[in-house]
Amino acid sequence: MSAPARRQVVVAEDGEIPPGGSRIVEVEGRSIGVFNLGGEYFAVRNACPHAGGPLCEGVRSGFVRSEGPGHYDYVRRGEFLRCPWHQWEFDIRTGRSWFDPDRVRVRRYDTRLVTGSELLDGEADLVDAGLQPGPYTAETYPVRSTGRYVVLEL
Amino acid sequence: MTPQAAPAAGTIDCDVHNAVPDIAELFPFLPDRWRDYCVEHGVTSLAPASYPSKVPLSATPESRGGPGPAGSDPDLVRAQVLDRGADLAILNCLYAVQPIHNEDWAAAMASALNDWQAQRWLAADPRFRASIVVAQQFPQRAVAEIERFAGHPGFVQVLLLAGSQAPLGTRAHWPIHAAAARAGLPVGIHPGVAGGNPPSPVGWPSTYIEEYAGATLAMQSQLTSLVCEGVFARFPELTVVLLESGVTWLPSLMWRLDKNWKGLRREIPWVGDAPSAVIRRHVRLATAPFDGPHDAATARRFLPRFLDQIGSVDMLLHASDHPHWHHRDPEQALLGFLSADERRKVLRDNALATYPAIRERAAA
Repeated sequence: MSAPARRQVVVAEDGEIPPGGSRIVEVEGRSIGVFNLGGEYFAVRNACPHAGGPLCEGVRSGFVRSEGPGHYDYVRRGEFLRCPWHQWEFDIRTGRSWFDPDRVRVRRYDTRLVTGSELLDGEADLVDAGLQPGPYTAETYPVRSTGRYVVLEL
Repeated sequence: MTPQAAPAAGTIDCDVHNAVPDIAELFPFLPDRWRDYCVEHGVTSLAPASYPSKVPLSATPESRGGPGPAGSDPDLVRAQVLDRGADLAILNCLYAVQPIHNEDWAAAMASALNDWQAQRWLAADPRFRASIVVAQQFPQRAVAEIERFAGHPGFVQVLLLAGSQAPLGTRAHWPIHAAAARAGLPVGIHPGVAGGNPPSPVGWPSTYIEEYAGATLAMQSQLTSLVCEGVFARFPELTVVLLESGVTWLPSLMWRLDKNWKGLRREIPWVGDAPSAVIRRHVRLATAPFDGPHDAATARRFLPRFLDQIGSVDMLLHASDHPHWHHRDPEQALLGFLSADERRKVLRDNALATYPAIRERAAA
């Protein structure tokens, strides 16, 4: 038995969320933040694993590393979320916290950019559901397939 | 009243206070310029006001038996500390050179004090060890004093006072920490006045009880500063020993620092581990006074929880705090509730692990 197909949800058109921007979406009762980091899209649950704060409404900042007192290495500007409640820091790319990366992390979701025509081709879902394609093909009229869409996989 | 109970054989007593009986005792070690300065200005004593001589806490009844102030007679201290089973006693001399605002005078007094300790105490009994007293308000002079005694087999620690002009973790103090680390000496921090700051962070208290009980506040401020300023990141080999300031406040400070570090660590990115882990690695605490429950049944329940909270009995160093008089002795307050293994660590092994100079001389 193969794993059940992951549901795919369109959360934005490509270009709607500019680089450095974000959008909080509601998907099946879950609040999720979608982030554009330099053209790549990432999504994390809008709930801090610490106390449930609205993580994705927090400040987006960089990460300060140090080789010793007085030395500041400020890296990956804009790629870290800081929860507005207690200021815990999370890597948007991985969902990991900084201070306890092995144990504390926020749920992250895979995202990808797909074209409209890929979205309209529902065969993958059917195949995943165990169906076989039949021998006949009806004439179809794609409504819109030129754009690209940000798709969240759950 | 009963005298302080005798420590077990092999004990290392990490906090004993030797006193200057009279400022004239230091004159042989002072340059003539400063000797005459003291005489001509009528400076008769720099004994700190933190231990008023007739306050019971300042001295046990039996320690008052000598001709001078309590703790000023090496023979009496030998009889009352060393001959009761302590293998070694670390002397922390409290004499107010740290509040002196004249840099040259302060440095000269600190040097005289250390030379006096070497000749009058360390030479009197091979079981005495001493802390180097420094004019911490002038860090470069303090460094010179540390370097003057680095490698001396009797000096095992650098003594700083908690009532400093600025937190001891700030970079102005780093030359002192660096010199101590280079010399392989822990930095001991003891309550005391070393500047113009009140002993309490909210201003000057009215009474002695407020000042003495509140000494834990200055110690917590110093510990917080040392960790957050990155002293242990910069000097990874450095150990700090907190003296005469209680111990049992430590868990709550660890919890608080860890919690706030999770949210604010970007301010101190050089603190790469939870502050509690840094403290466990680098900080030791002398066990007198030990503030715990007063009845034995409660203490028996409290102590295992407390040791679990600080993480290890390895952090605790036995101290009598002689001649200061705490109502309950170490046996009643702490040692009586420890396992044999834990007792041995607190009474001796932890001190050997903390003080390289003691360890090396013991091995020689």
